[in-house]
Amino acid sequence: LSLSLVSDWSSDRNLIIEEQSFVPCEDLKFGRISFKGFNPEVEKLMILMNPREEEEGGEESRMQTDITDEEMALRYESLVGSMKKKFAKKRERAANEDNKNQNFSETITKRAFMKPQD
Amino acid sequence: MFPALKQRVGDVLLPGDEFSSEDDDTISLTDHVKPEKVVCGPGLRRSGDRLVVCKSGVLRHKQPNMFWMESQQRRYVPAKGETIIGIVTVKSGDIFKVDCGGSEQASLSYLAFEGATKRNRPNVQVGDLVFAQFIIANKDMEPELVCMDSSGRANGMGVFGGGGLLFSVSLGLVRRLLSPHSEVLSDLQQLFPCELVVGMNGRLWVKSSRVQQTLVIANLLQSCDTMTAQQRRELFRRVAQGAL
Repeated sequence: LSLSLVSDWSSDRNLIIEEQSFVPCEDLKFGRISFKGFNPEVEKLMILMNPREEEEGGEESRMQTDITDEEMALRYESLVGSMKKKFAKKRERAANEDNKNQNFSETITKRAFMKPQD
Repeated sequence: MFPALKQRVGDVLLPGDEFSSEDDDTISLTDHVKPEKVVCGPGLRRSGDRLVVCKSGVLRHKQPNMFWMESQQRRYVPAKGETIIGIVTVKSGDIFKVDCGGSEQASLSYLAFEGATKRNRPNVQVGDLVFAQFIIANKDMEPELVCMDSSGRANGMGVFGGGGLLFSVSLGLVRRLLSPHSEVLSDLQQLFPCELVVGMNGRLWVKSSRVQQTLVIANLLQSCDTMTAQQRRELFRRVAQGAL
């Protein structure tokens, strides 16, 4: 909505806003139109620029996916584990090998420089 | 004022009819009245605290608070934000002068195109058609056009038009073509593959795969301006059957 004039600010009773254009009144669509694929770029623009219409099923349409969300989640789980192993230092890898049979993982404390007490 | 306006929606009103907040039958018991906002569209004007009709026509309403006068005319008056088809008439220095069908020519800066810089000037010649939108359009200043939106993208605006035909229609037909569930457009869709550019200044540009089809579409649109819906459907059907 493009507002061009607002009535005097001092009056707080009624606010009358003037709008010169028909476009917001009648919800007019974008001015370039193409039919039956005559100009594919314009058809792309039409989808982009026109206000999106609501579908009957719901407001957002789900995109067509090749694999389901569950499969994607499982894939990510194993991916995270394998990436972690790839970048693990030698000592961590050895520790993980020992723990593989048991179902818990230990956090490896890094050996840092310890300041002498005195 | 709001209830008085809502009551007259759909009525024919004439210039001089006015709506005032003093005409309301209800009187508020509390001193502090909640300000009711009214948006008056084309054909309605604010005069002090009153709303005055300045064009004869039918009063229309859109939720929640928009009112306007629906009328027929052919003369275009530039309005901010509207996209139009302009014809470049003068190319002087840094700006182009564009004929938009209004009372004076609009100016279009050469920098107002996507990707234009001082070194990289857009390729616009005198006589080119541009699809542009107004950023300044009031009765006190020269209208100004741009061919990009506020973020610098073209969005379909700019120079266009090889191989098509430009013609004029009434402003009412343009609005009917661009309205959300346009019947004229859906009828036209059944005919031939074609491309249309619709300017709010009453100018249409059509291009189809053959010159004959382009002329047919142009004639159809010009003649269905003054037809009833039934006459128009009949005409389109005859053309579709006769089309080779």
